[in-house]
Amino acid sequence: MLEGFPRNDGRKGIRNHLVVAYLVECAHHVAREIVHPYRDDGAQVIGFPGCFPNDYAQKMMERLCTHPNVGAVLLVSLGCESFNRFALEQTIEASGRPVKTVVIQHSGGTRAAIATGREWVCGQLRDMAGAKKVPMDVSELVVGTVCGGSDGTSGLTGNPAVGLAFDRLVDAGAACIFEETGELIGCEGIMSARARTPELAAALTAAVEKAATYYATLGFGSFAAGNAEGGLSSIEEKSMGAYAKSGSSVISGLIKPGDIPPRGGLYLMDVVPDGDVRFGFPNITDNAEIVEMVASGAHLTLFVTARGSVVGSAIAPVIKVCANPQTYANMSEDMDVNAGRILSGTPLAEVGQEIFDLTLEVAGGCPTVSETLGHTEFILTYKSFEPIGPACLPA
Amino acid sequence: MTATKRPAGNGRLLRLSEADNVLVATAPLAAGRAAINGGGEIDVLAPVTLGHKIASRPIEKGEKILKYGVPIGSATENIAPGAHVHVHNLQSDYTPTYALGETAWGDKDA
Repeated sequence: MLEGFPRNDGRKGIRNHLVVAYLVECAHHVAREIVHPYRDDGAQVIGFPGCFPNDYAQKMMERLCTHPNVGAVLLVSLGCESFNRFALEQTIEASGRPVKTVVIQHSGGTRAAIATGREWVCGQLRDMAGAKKVPMDVSELVVGTVCGGSDGTSGLTGNPAVGLAFDRLVDAGAACIFEETGELIGCEGIMSARARTPELAAALTAAVEKAATYYATLGFGSFAAGNAEGGLSSIEEKSMGAYAKSGSSVISGLIKPGDIPPRGGLYLMDVVPDGDVRFGFPNITDNAEIVEMVASGAHLTLFVTARGSVVGSAIAPVIKVCANPQTYANMSEDMDVNAGRILSGTPLAEVGQEIFDLTLEVAGGCPTVSETLGHTEFILTYKSFEPIGPACLPA
Repeated sequence: MTATKRPAGNGRLLRLSEADNVLVATAPLAAGRAAINGGGEIDVLAPVTLGHKIASRPIEKGEKILKYGVPIGSATENIAPGAHVHVHNLQSDYTPTYALGETAWGDKDA
């Protein structure tokens, strides 16, 4: 049995972070300085850089600041940005979390805002140190998966091993999220066949077709130079590897960033914006994908890398599964799991079991290597979505 | 569908599906004779590194490249058995593949 930090909405956290959230890039420095002395005590920086209003960013920040792994929030505003800090503060307050807003322009500038912020953070961290945990079941977990820096080994080792761990988690009643519809191009037929209802199957196919059109307009697939270096030759080849992370469970629903899975099961997250291409690439880097799953309640993320990503994430731990044995030999300190040993004869099932066991250990409080190394990457940019349709979450 | 065979023997080339016309290198391979996991051998025409593909039989220009039993693109030229199959002779049926000329051929220790 796990233990978690209870929240008023019924969810439970596997960490108890204090987040300091800047609401425009102009407030980023102040937020970073406030956190710096407390970065080993659970304080972390998140934020949104843009000065123009955006419904998606507002929803994401509300979901992130009321994430079960978050125990208190300090908002840092410059003062003249368009982000609705009042609505965000009200949402956090209504969730029962301590919240305070520091407006730099009302506080006397950089130095005074940092001092005010640090004083509040120091007091809150003292209060949070006494937080009590309560029993938590595996079925209360939300787990995301992402792959980044993929190569020709990803689809042979790390991704199918995560797929096995996902099958175990879904069987245990957890909610599991896979995503990046731009990396499922070519897999839409076999994926849709796993949908719980024909209507959901049509929605899954439509989401991948939307991604194909979107990326075609941009002129690039979701494919980096390192993917080719490692032997991947096309987006559909990369997709077949990425798809293996989803395992073999029935697909229970289609969600969009910030939508919280209503119950256990396997969910596809549609990360490609709706409507015309407006704000550029859907997710400019892996952490943008992780942030979206965290906003949908993911307590932690299983990250399969082959070229060798080193990232972690703010708010939710990242377990790094290394698909490539050469990369593991070269940078093992950055990896939690050596899945590349499957190529030298270790059974896939053994690595799948290891990932499942490690997921529960990390949920129980054991730090991941990226947490130990201090990684707290975070990125959030502009997007635009329509709400999901009625077929997406069949009862 | 993705009934993949895992390497169990000494073969350094993996056939992921019976339908495939490519094999995957599970270790850096020098040019020359190489064992296929699950049986058989093939002449690798030039060194390839871990994770890269070679043709398991002659592939004609325009033919689909099959890996995991599904198409991963189309051949842009005739490809000989044992030849490297990659961005120079395979193109996506969806979006163009971006690669850096300096790195696209894999690690130098192949």
